Amino acid sequence: MNTEALSEALYAKLDRRRMWKNRICLGLLGFASLVAILPLLFILYFVFLRGLAGLNLSFFTELPKPVGETGGGLGNAVLGTLVLVTTGSMIGVPIGIAAGVYLSEFKRSRYSDYLRSSVELLAGVPSIILGIFAYAVIVVPMKGFSAFAGSLALSVILIPTVAKTTEEVLKLVPDHIREAGLALGLPRWRVILSVVLYGSRSGVLTGVMLGIARISGESAPLLFTALNSQYWPKGIFQPISSLPVQIYTYAISPFDEWTQLAWTGSMVLVILVLVTNLFMRALIASRGQEGHKR
Amino acid sequence: MCRLYRFLILFNLCAYSYAHSAVISINGAGATFPYPLYSKWFSEYAKIDTGVEINYQSIGSGGGVRQLLENTIDFGASDAPMKDEQLEKAKIHIYHFPTVLGAVVLTYNLPGVEQDLRLNPEVVSDLFLGKIIYWNDPKIIAINPGISLPDTPVMIVHRSDGSGTSAVFTDYLSKISLEWKSKVGSGPAVKWPLGIGGKGNEGVTGFVKNSPGALGYVELLYAEKNHLKVALLKNADGNFIKPDASSITEAAAGFLKEMPKDFRVSITNAKGKNAYPISSFTYLLIYKKMVQAKGNKLKSFLNWSLGDGQRMAASLFYAPLPDSLIVKIRAQLKEID
Amino acid sequence: MNSYSGDRRFQNFLRVLSSLVIIVLVLITIYLVKLSWPAIAKFGPSFFWQTDWDPVKEQFGAGAFIFGTVFSSLLALLIAVPLSISVALFLTELAPKRVAGVIGFMVEMLAAIPSVVYGLWGVFFLAPLLRLYIQPFLGRNFGWFFLFQGPPYGIGMFAASVILAIMVTPTITAICREIFKAVPETQREAALGLGSTKWEMITLAVVKSSWSGIFGASILGLGRALGETMAVTMLIGNRNEISASLFAPGQTMASVIANEYAEAGSNMHVAALAYVGLALFVVSFLVNLIARRIVVRLRS
Repeated sequence: MNTEALSEALYAKLDRRRMWKNRICLGLLGFASLVAILPLLFILYFVFLRGLAGLNLSFFTELPKPVGETGGGLGNAVLGTLVLVTTGSMIGVPIGIAAGVYLSEFKRSRYSDYLRSSVELLAGVPSIILGIFAYAVIVVPMKGFSAFAGSLALSVILIPTVAKTTEEVLKLVPDHIREAGLALGLPRWRVILSVVLYGSRSGVLTGVMLGIARISGESAPLLFTALNSQYWPKGIFQPISSLPVQIYTYAISPFDEWTQLAWTGSMVLVILVLVTNLFMRALIASRGQEGHKR
Repeated sequence: MCRLYRFLILFNLCAYSYAHSAVISINGAGATFPYPLYSKWFSEYAKIDTGVEINYQSIGSGGGVRQLLENTIDFGASDAPMKDEQLEKAKIHIYHFPTVLGAVVLTYNLPGVEQDLRLNPEVVSDLFLGKIIYWNDPKIIAINPGISLPDTPVMIVHRSDGSGTSAVFTDYLSKISLEWKSKVGSGPAVKWPLGIGGKGNEGVTGFVKNSPGALGYVELLYAEKNHLKVALLKNADGNFIKPDASSITEAAAGFLKEMPKDFRVSITNAKGKNAYPISSFTYLLIYKKMVQAKGNKLKSFLNWSLGDGQRMAASLFYAPLPDSLIVKIRAQLKEID
Repeated sequence: MNSYSGDRRFQNFLRVLSSLVIIVLVLITIYLVKLSWPAIAKFGPSFFWQTDWDPVKEQFGAGAFIFGTVFSSLLALLIAVPLSISVALFLTELAPKRVAGVIGFMVEMLAAIPSVVYGLWGVFFLAPLLRLYIQPFLGRNFGWFFLFQGPPYGIGMFAASVILAIMVTPTITAICREIFKAVPETQREAALGLGSTKWEMITLAVVKSSWSGIFGASILGLGRALGETMAVTMLIGNRNEISASLFAPGQTMASVIANEYAEAGSNMHVAALAYVGLALFVVSFLVNLIARRIVVRLRS
């Protein structure tokens, strides 16, 4: 009797301890999540707080001014980023999609094993290495820093991202759809292009856009390929300015007008990247719902 | 797909043609030391001659020399003259054109210290060798009577990139300190005994500006424009000198008679009552032979910089070149094809 | 017959286009070896443990950068891994669907912020915060410990590691989430059925069976931290030397390339930098290979 009551009390105590441990630990998990998103809030707050102060039309339409003169903008860097990113995507996207399609549709070949490892390894190459590569392959032989070299370095970053998402999206297409196409007497290449790829175009587009958002913020591979310029873009074989490189140069500079431009430039870049991401997410979400309805 | 490509290509062409296509562009890179003046010069010159755009990127003097030798840029710029073995590597002769004079100053961030700090060669070398660690070191106090120095550690800031400013500064240190000469030596990039590295004059100034207790060496303008304190430095004649246009010019004055034909000369630790000891010429590096159109444009720019350009120097804390030297430089300019 | 040849042609077309991926990878390797050959020939493998980096005497060793890379990346993981596991557990096990959606989205957005923006924010917000508050506090209270010695610059190894931790958190969290989601529901129910509390269920049923996955996720995070360049370059202080203190400035393999590659004067200097690049290339190659192996095996 006595011992029974004792053990019951002991159990109750143990239970209470477990309960408290449970609460505290679960609370800590929640707290950790808050800690994890805190940097994002801080960064966005600072970028917008300091960036908005310098935002006006001339930021987009004017060239940077020399030291000591106020005003000026980063119009050339904004345009330069657009040029670099579009040129880079024109090179990288077709290669990426081709690799993705091959990986998904021609799985059983030794070549596709090589290709898969290459894509994955290329995805892990630090972007600064691609800068060295493009410098050695393009800049030195062609005797000059150029938008072309920068775009090429960016396209190499883009390829694995596009290839991997394309492969994953195409794998989601059930085999019976391919079989249905073949049963209709279509050749396999037709099925792949018009049924499989065309049917998953929004998924592929998502991958492409996320890749583009990523390369538009890259600066390391541009440092010694596209270099920089204080004028408007002059041609594909001339140095060109870009937002990330311009932000880097101005961020470490001691002049207040330049630091201001760096913040505003960061804000523009962050908006560009976040809007692309939000937009693509909305696209995925709406596609998912359609699927459920069917 | 095809339509998208056509659109994108069209967009790119439009973007490129936004700039005037008839304009000749000349690309240069190098020293950060004269960058503020060069950016001013190139933007002013673009207004005078609308047919040329000179793009200058301040990647550091070491980079200016290397990229010129790799032929990736049309002209280079450096504060330290090129070495003989570097010149030998060039297939075409490279000329040094002094553009302006400047000073490397010791700038510091000591909140609460109002008077200008005085430093002598021994203290400077001890600071950069790590033998003086705190601001209130007896050696610093001894030459700064009346200034109460804080008990904070000295945070040495040096350049992380190959730099003419470093070359000039380490050249000075090697002249005044045997220990520095044997331990570290001089050059655009050296093995610093201590401190943190900032990229470019910009980066070093940024660190000094943002970190109390910091001490760095930068071009005069970078300190002045940021309202940073600049130390007075004891020169070879034993006077504490404030760096400004006249004390820099005086440092150059002693060397004018013995100026070598190719202008490659170091004027650090110069004699002269009011000579600032860490002064230097800064140079544009130009090939003897260039693409015709570019060569002509660059020549007329240099002519302009020796005339009107010199008048802008003082407002940006550089010292204009002495007149007798300008005559010699104009003569050399004629040798460029 | 016709359609068959069309298929052939189509497959070949894809092969030609996609083979560029392999060609680029091979070219990168060839060029890195070629560029760094003078340094490989002169310094050999001792390059990796020599710490002397002296451009004047043309004596180069990457020891300090390798140390900086490993130190900053491991420190970043030390912060990021527990954090990421907690966030992933919170999102999969605790949070209501809506909350999980919002927080998950925000964590993923951290991955989208460009590296230079992290650097800019780090220079103007994180470094002053460390210099004025956190480092003096650590120095006063834990100054006897070698990690917290030296003057508080703000800029340095510590700042770089914190930024890296923030940058790799989304990567590790995403994979941990995937792994925790893959734990079968019956396992959870079994633990709860035995009378365990929710926390006990999480540790017993979810975390315990996911250790190898968490390991793979961490290695993948490591791969990302190793190659991260710009934010680190802006915050680490660029000092080519080894120091045990967290407060001291350092240099990583990626940041030394960003700092010196375009500016290096002598041929040997350039070759030495390319050698550092080659080493970085091989290391990230291996790290990614290992991580993929682990994660892929778990997925299937």
